[in-house]
Amino acid sequence: MAEITKEDIRKPENLIYKKTDLLTDKPLSYCPGCGHGTAHRIVMEVLEEMDIQDKTIGIAPVGCSVLAYEFMNIDMQQAAHGRAPALATAVKRLNPDKFVFTYQGDGDLAAIGTAETIHACNRGENIVIIFINNGIYGMTGGQMAPTTLPGMKSSTSPYGRDVHMMGNPLKMTELVAQLPGTIYVTRQAVHTPANVRKTKKAIRKAFENQKLNKGLSFVEIVSNCNSGWKMNPVQANEWMVENMFPFYPLGDIKVND
Amino acid sequence: MAKVKGDIVIDIEKCKGCGVCIPACPNDVIALSKNVNGKGYNYAETVNEECIGCANCAIVCPDGVITVYRKKIE
Ligand SMILES: Cc1ncc(C[n+]2csc(CCOP(=O)(O)OP(=O)(O)O)c2C)c(N)n1
Ligand code: SF4
Ligand code: SF4
Ligand code: SF4
Ligand SMILES: [Mg+2]
Repeated sequence: MAEITKEDIRKPENLIYKKTDLLTDKPLSYCPGCGHGTAHRIVMEVLEEMDIQDKTIGIAPVGCSVLAYEFMNIDMQQAAHGRAPALATAVKRLNPDKFVFTYQGDGDLAAIGTAETIHACNRGENIVIIFINNGIYGMTGGQMAPTTLPGMKSSTSPYGRDVHMMGNPLKMTELVAQLPGTIYVTRQAVHTPANVRKTKKAIRKAFENQKLNKGLSFVEIVSNCNSGWKMNPVQANEWMVENMFPFYPLGDIKVND
Repeated sequence: MAKVKGDIVIDIEKCKGCGVCIPACPNDVIALSKNVNGKGYNYAETVNEECIGCANCAIVCPDGVITVYRKKIE
């Protein structure tokens, strides 16, 4: 049999995977290896697979993903710091036929926006919240967040988080699972192919819930912040598995079908 | 003989050389180049012909710069 060349393989009919057109061609503003990029992409892949890109409105946060609207090729708004769930509430109530989601970091969702998060979850707004937890304020220079692990170093806890002085980390995902308005609460990750596939399924389920007007779906993605953690991307993923996952275990926390 | 043959195309000017795709590949197809792209990153490149088109690398690439092809071989 004749030798197969790269040209024989690289044909449209053999295409297995390419970046979705629901992400613009702008280079992402994220550091090399940052999970924000992967998270953006799978949210857009889910919208494309459900064919709801023209019916979806996303709410960008303040944080490294403040520019999400530059990369997600759909209708978007950008909220004041922490207010994405409040803005999403308004957008969804005024446009009940649209799919509405927020995309928020841990500083945004679990610090300055704690009240908005808890009340939107408790009211059971029919929205999807995507929560990127990297345990740090990435954008502003790696300061301690409510989610920073005990003993974890950050620019404002240079000797490690001392819980006696600095308080305990806040597990927002476990907390909102207690509230009657949440229908689906899960914690996932995007550092390996298997985890990306699982997270994508979770995001799909969240948007399917919204289609059925079931209430609020909350998808946490435990992610890396190489710059804030001061590691290279591959080390940061390993550190995340060893340190973040024991404290923030992956898996479904609440599934009400 | 392998039943499928794969190949990937890396957009090297958009690659940030993060290396996250390397441990995701079952056949050690990818390594970082000694050369840098226009942004100064040591970009990812293929170093053998063992690609099976599983798309693992593309799925974990945060910047979505990998396109994957796979062809069945009779
Ligand atoms: C009202 C207000 N307070 C503070 C800030 C400064 N600020 C910008 S981003 C940020 C934290 C972002 O952290 P996070 O939400 O975890 O996002 P990441 O960058 O880690 O993805 C803070 C405190 C601001 N922009 N607005
Ligand atoms: S600072 Fe952290 S969260 Fe922000 S882009 Fe860089 S790695 Fe990602
Ligand atoms: S498609 Fe699979 S085998 Fe080919 S380079 Fe990517 S991870 Fe490796
Ligand atoms: S994961 Fe993507 S950006 Fe990172 S080295 Fe591989 S191809 Fe380049
Ligand atoms: Mg953060």
